[in-house]
Amino acid sequence: MIDHIEDITAETLIGKVEALKKEGYRLVTMTATDLDAETVDLLYSFDKDLALMHLRLSAKKNAPAKSISGVYFAAFLVENEIREQFGLTFEGLVLDFGGALLLEDSVRPTPLCRYTVVEAKPEAPVAGA
Amino acid sequence: MLDSFIKKSRIKSPWLLHFDCGSCNGCDIETLACLTPLYDVERFGIINVGNPKHADILLVTGCVNHRNKHVLKTIYDQMPEPKVVVAIGACGLTGGVFRDAYNVVGGVDKVIPVDVYVPGCPGKPEAIIDGVVEALGKLSEKQNAAAAAVAAE
Amino acid sequence: MPRTVVPFGPQHPVLPEPIHLTLHCEDEIIKEAVPAIGYVHRGLEKLAEIRDHNQMVQVVERVCGICSMIHAAAYCAAVEQILGIKPPPRAEYLRVVWSELHRMHSHLLWLGLYADAFGFESLFMHFWRIRERIMDVMEATAGNRVIISVNVVGGVRRDLTPEQQKWVLSEVDWVEKEVARLKDVMMNDYTVKKRTVGVGILSKEQALELGAAGPMLRGSGVAQDMRMTGYHAYGELGFEPVVETDGDSYARSNVRFREVLAAVDLVRQAMAKLPDSELATAYKGRPKGEAVMRVEQPRGELLYYVKSSGGKYLDRVRIRTPTFANIPPLCAVLPGLELADIPVVVLSMDPCISCTER
Repeated sequence: MIDHIEDITAETLIGKVEALKKEGYRLVTMTATDLDAETVDLLYSFDKDLALMHLRLSAKKNAPAKSISGVYFAAFLVENEIREQFGLTFEGLVLDFGGALLLEDSVRPTPLCRYTVVEAKPEAPVAGA
Repeated sequence: MLDSFIKKSRIKSPWLLHFDCGSCNGCDIETLACLTPLYDVERFGIINVGNPKHADILLVTGCVNHRNKHVLKTIYDQMPEPKVVVAIGACGLTGGVFRDAYNVVGGVDKVIPVDVYVPGCPGKPEAIIDGVVEALGKLSEKQNAAAAAVAAE
Repeated sequence: MPRTVVPFGPQHPVLPEPIHLTLHCEDEIIKEAVPAIGYVHRGLEKLAEIRDHNQMVQVVERVCGICSMIHAAAYCAAVEQILGIKPPPRAEYLRVVWSELHRMHSHLLWLGLYADAFGFESLFMHFWRIRERIMDVMEATAGNRVIISVNVVGGVRRDLTPEQQKWVLSEVDWVEKEVARLKDVMMNDYTVKKRTVGVGILSKEQALELGAAGPMLRGSGVAQDMRMTGYHAYGELGFEPVVETDGDSYARSNVRFREVLAAVDLVRQAMAKLPDSELATAYKGRPKGEAVMRVEQPRGELLYYVKSSGGKYLDRVRIRTPTFANIPPLCAVLPGLELADIPVVVLSMDPCISCTER
């Protein structure tokens, strides 16, 4: 139903985004959708002269995704938001709010995940062990 | 002498503080509209101030969320006694349409005591002015009660 | 020189809403600005999981109280795309009328707040006095002043009678006349220009790279307005985007000022062409699929992504608001400014925190 959509993989992401930037595309936004317990669907939207172009990537929740904030600085805000709402971490995030952009610690982590909470927390040492 | 002067002028010229506490902006612009020429509450001696330590009446719009509840509490604590709180709009009353959202605590009265509730989504300027007038009655009561307590000592 | 850290907000007299900026200054000059948001975050996107696609209309209207009708229209258009239905022509035109009324009231509100930010209080009062007429029009035609619930999936649910149309046209005539009277003060006054010309410059390249939206983008010389894509009935109306090239606060206020007049023109055109038809298209079943819809909100490009797998509730509603996109450009503009100019520049992007954080 969405026109101009291209499936990509984590390896080709940065190269593709850099190419789009060279062509003069403006980053509109990124959209994350929870698919199942392991994967999140990431939809990157770009605009050039009022025409939209999307890249679609299935990201594994338990592995850090590549950040595009090194290419498009403006992506830092939305990547921070996705990190908070879906627990997906981004590698190479230029401005990291550490999961405190929108939410306080007291709120349930990763509120938009339907399936599982995945952000790995360092295990607290067990007393007496 | 000075005491009675302050007592009288506090009710005749109350100072308002408006705090947006996670509202959708609807109630905020209606609160602001109260200050503009059509409704013009300044003709009643009401002034909108930015400093909580100057304020007699706290107008709160919107539902409380987990981050701004601390800010709301701090602002309330900074206001000198006697003080009254007016909660505006469906969200300020109960959380409204957002009550089930994950980051919403609920109405304003979950965090601070509320004296007057102004319903509506958003509350109309007429209703907000009415709520402030209602609050003035409560402010006067609180003031008299405080004075009576001092006299009793 | 040692740096001083100046906190700006969350409760600041110039802003009606809470946003926090950490300003790293040397003397009076800003060197770095780091935003902290989240004071108005509610988590509306999550509500799609417990409200069905019709109830969500009421939720998205309350993403932002200033441009509520446009949010609902965008959401409905996205769901209509998924369902594969088209609203009747009259509904499309009525959506334009109410959208443009919203744009007028939003820009007048902003112009007032902006005047207040540089200390011109009587100008603030004048803009808000004019705006009250639009609020009356909304109340008379849609039943509420601010949050007007006219959209349903498939069309609209209120009509304008011929008498109402005539009256609305006479009201917008009055608004146009009154706004034109203030043009000289807003655009040519020495004191106003002193505060706004050359302050907070965003270049065309920066605006594109940082993903600016709306008047922020058009003020920097990029002719992009989602209304050019011709959604609703905009494709059938004569429309030119308003563009300025200087990229400073003055250019942005000029864009918004001229857009008020353009909105008046669009209301007139839409009323003149208002076709006769049903108000809403009936449909059966639940949406299944995904869609992206972009519209032009007073603050810029608004994107809705809706995904549904045919169940009772939608899978995902993602709202990308223009103010969210304008935060990185704002942070890029602030360094190098004097502390006293911060209120003017922050307001020149038209911050709407409840949109930003949803």
